[in-house]
Amino acid sequence: MELNKLTAHELHGRLTAKEVSAAEITAAVFARIDAVEDKVRAYITQTRDQALAQARAVDDKIKRGEAVAPLAGIPGALKDNMCVKGVRTTCASQILANFVPPYDAAVVEKLAAQNAVVVGKANLDEFAMGSSCENSSFFATRNPWDTAAVPGGSSGGSAAAVAAAEAVWALGSDTGGSIRQPAAYCGVVGLKPTYGRVSRYGLVAYASSLDQIGPITRDVADCALVLGAIAGHDGRDSTSVDAPVPDYAKALIPDVKGLKIGLPKEYFVAGMDPAVEKAVYAAIDQLKALGAEYKEVAMPHTEYALAAYYLVATAEASSNLARYDGVGFGHRGEGNDIIAMYKRSRTEGFGEEVRRRIMLGTYALSSGYYDAYYLKALKVRTLIKQDFDKAFGEVDVLVAPIAPTTAFKVGEKMDDPLAMYLQDVCTVPINLAGLPAISLPCGFAAGLPIGLQIIGRPLGEETILRAAYAFEQANDYHRRLAPLGEV
Amino acid sequence: MKITRKDVEHVALLSRLELGESDVAKFTGQLNAILDYIDVLSKVDTAGVEPTAHVLPLKNVMRADEPRPSLPRELALANAPEQEDGYFKVPRILEG
Repeated sequence: MELNKLTAHELHGRLTAKEVSAAEITAAVFARIDAVEDKVRAYITQTRDQALAQARAVDDKIKRGEAVAPLAGIPGALKDNMCVKGVRTTCASQILANFVPPYDAAVVEKLAAQNAVVVGKANLDEFAMGSSCENSSFFATRNPWDTAAVPGGSSGGSAAAVAAAEAVWALGSDTGGSIRQPAAYCGVVGLKPTYGRVSRYGLVAYASSLDQIGPITRDVADCALVLGAIAGHDGRDSTSVDAPVPDYAKALIPDVKGLKIGLPKEYFVAGMDPAVEKAVYAAIDQLKALGAEYKEVAMPHTEYALAAYYLVATAEASSNLARYDGVGFGHRGEGNDIIAMYKRSRTEGFGEEVRRRIMLGTYALSSGYYDAYYLKALKVRTLIKQDFDKAFGEVDVLVAPIAPTTAFKVGEKMDDPLAMYLQDVCTVPINLAGLPAISLPCGFAAGLPIGLQIIGRPLGEETILRAAYAFEQANDYHRRLAPLGEV
Repeated sequence: MKITRKDVEHVALLSRLELGESDVAKFTGQLNAILDYIDVLSKVDTAGVEPTAHVLPLKNVMRADEPRPSLPRELALANAPEQEDGYFKVPRILEG
């Protein structure tokens, strides 16, 4: 089997046994990129020279007999909203098309400390605003299971790269589902950590009370490895949680005996694809057969989460994106005075969905509407969080779908923003409550993967990893590779 | 109609965005559809409920006020669309 199709934990074993070199692994990933990238289009920028230099440094360490970290020499992709010093970071936006950060994001520093190899910057919906990766101002990424379908979003490039074996692991960011939904659509594993678990220093801000960075990988063991590499307190992010980072690999126990799982029926929304519903119930039956206890829990405010989310997220976005003014960095348009210059820069630089969200958020915060929209949404957020607090008094994890359907066709929802937003209905409540949640494959419908969501208590990453690992090991979905390029 | 063309034009000005005639019409329609959906929140009784702006029990995260290295000027200016004599350059702000 080609090296690029192995997992990080398998590759680490081969590296330390000196069966392969890191340079060979990285070369295999770039050979795969050369073979399939014109069909997938996962990457905005490739960093070949740096990647090969990083790989050779790992080979030198191994030759010298030094111990290497679990991700040393393992090639991965970063969503292109994470700053890498000296490497163009675009957010898939024209306004940052030529932005070269003068510093590294905290996660990039942590990956460098492990000697991980970064092969490139992955495509996304512009400023992480979207659910299909079609809002990239450069190009749309395609789903490796069906290139007529979207990979999901906003971390669509990251998920597609991992699914197409163009990267062994990737990082995404999740504000309302942007790691979990593309992971589900692409048949891979994605984890949104507890809010504050991973530093957001150097992540381009979208909605600061919701954004969180997390791993996208081909199996749960790799998810635990990457999470362990990037988690931890950072004084440069004032929302960073100061709690010790456990050894997540120890949570990989293929057993859920005595684990209490809860099902919030409210997540099975009207319009849900029956195949998705069936697969999620089958997964619950399987977890029960593996020893989990099961009960239904009531989460009565679930139906309000999407509306609250789109007010909170856009309000925060309208404030965060005020910094793009054509002065310090980013695109500048022509204007005779400063206001004209601001308007020209922003109108030329932002794509349609970004402008729509800035407008909605500005409206929600504007005089006369603040109480009715923004403040109301924050109060509903409290009620949603209380639903979770109550449920976690009764169960250890919650199990739900990731999205109402499998991957939809390219172009299908581009003219109807509300229909696109409805894709996020099962993922946004978790961001509003700041909880950890993992997405992993639990079946297929018409050849497209279905995602299972397992939600945990604050800092309950170990418990959801354990449940996910037990489910994964009882199945073989993680061994199936996307058909693209297999023929 | 929750939001009129005039509201959309005003919000565009606050957002520092230019909208053409067809954009105003399109955004007015789309924002109304979204706000109609958001209206579901009016069904929720939130009397006496405190707002949650942030889920963490963190408040006033402080650090010692000590000088630390910052970005060198040339790096801070490296991405500037226009610069002059070590400063960011912008179009005129004051009349006169």
